[in-house]
Amino acid sequence: MAQRTLEIIVGLFMVAGLAALLFLALQVSGLSPKAAESTYTLYANFNDTGGLTPRGKVSMAGVTVGSIESISLDRETFQARVEMSIHSEVDNIPADSSAVIRTSGLLGEQYIDISIGGDMESLQAGDTFYSTQSAMNLERLISNFASGK
Amino acid sequence: MLDRIASFGRLGLDIVASLGRSGRFLIGVLGGVPRPVTGFPLLIKQIYAVGVLSLAIVVVSGLFIGMVLGLQGYTILSDYGSESAIGQMIALTLVRELGPVVTALLFAGRAGSALTAEIGLMKATEQLSSMEMMGVDPLRRVIAPRLWAGFIAMPVLAVIFSVVGIWGGMLVGVEWLGVFEGSFWGNMQSSVDFLDDVMNGFIKSVVFGFVCAWIAVFQGYDCVPTSAGISSATTKTVVYSSLAVLGLDFVLTAVMFGDF
Repeated sequence: MAQRTLEIIVGLFMVAGLAALLFLALQVSGLSPKAAESTYTLYANFNDTGGLTPRGKVSMAGVTVGSIESISLDRETFQARVEMSIHSEVDNIPADSSAVIRTSGLLGEQYIDISIGGDMESLQAGDTFYSTQSAMNLERLISNFASGK
Repeated sequence: MLDRIASFGRLGLDIVASLGRSGRFLIGVLGGVPRPVTGFPLLIKQIYAVGVLSLAIVVVSGLFIGMVLGLQGYTILSDYGSESAIGQMIALTLVRELGPVVTALLFAGRAGSALTAEIGLMKATEQLSSMEMMGVDPLRRVIAPRLWAGFIAMPVLAVIFSVVGIWGGMLVGVEWLGVFEGSFWGNMQSSVDFLDDVMNGFIKSVVFGFVCAWIAVFQGYDCVPTSAGISSATTKTVVYSSLAVLGLDFVLTAVMFGDF
């Protein structure tokens, strides 16, 4: 086979590989070209995070406004401290809003929902949510029900 | 009894010696990076031989594996009424594990064995030593382009495998079994992360490509120059590559995805 044809075929092969990688990036992992979105950090303390995991979503009225960065244990209060990064354009979350852990569907993944408060002040970067509501624990619910409390 | 112990010891020494030879061989080859002008056509030819010609088997197996994943995933997930999670299941399985691993196994069988047989035959017919007589370094002229070609072609093949597999899964899940297309892609996009999943799978395939190509060219270069020697070297290539890929996959997965 002529060297030229060979080069073209191999070139097409490499292009196919690049196109496949691009497909994985854009269509499969949903990476948008403006991925380097600026965010700010908020914190929330929970008694029980349940199955919450890093990279989970943070939403407001069902719209994703950020993601969970990390979950760690506060050694003073023995609560879980969740670090969230919120998109910068959502900079007017009222200061008395609360962070609630919810489950999408019956068996779906858990996420943090921010229920809106009414304060005129808004949360600044580095602030902590004042009120939180922990994950619904099915076992505790059932045992409460069984013991009639 | 004593003979048996002695032969056991000899076996161990042989293994260590061949590991040492392969390391020295690798250093010799990596020193011989194909030169931009003279080496490039050789490299292109080898990428064609190990990459483009392996495309058919990779695409066909990718398609069928994706379709099987779609079918199996649907039967299990529909028990829980969450068959829309099929997209993320297929994508994560393919991108993280099956893409790199199955491609590497196919690559070892399709391209690695051919590399070993070709180099082994060159050695048996004394082409390699006559090259040395002419003052051409066979490591640079014959081995290095093949090693680099395997190293370059394998990640490309693995990525194509994953994409074709996802497409096959979509074919079964969406077109045939009627999962809603929006939730298929939506679930996939919300659970697959580019750096954590796609890039880690890509790194795996780079490592596998390097290991498979290294084992293949070394077995060819190191074989006993007889027809029996070539056949046993070809077998060794496939067996060692497969074992190395599966073992390395465990190690890489533990490092990349294990939480510790």
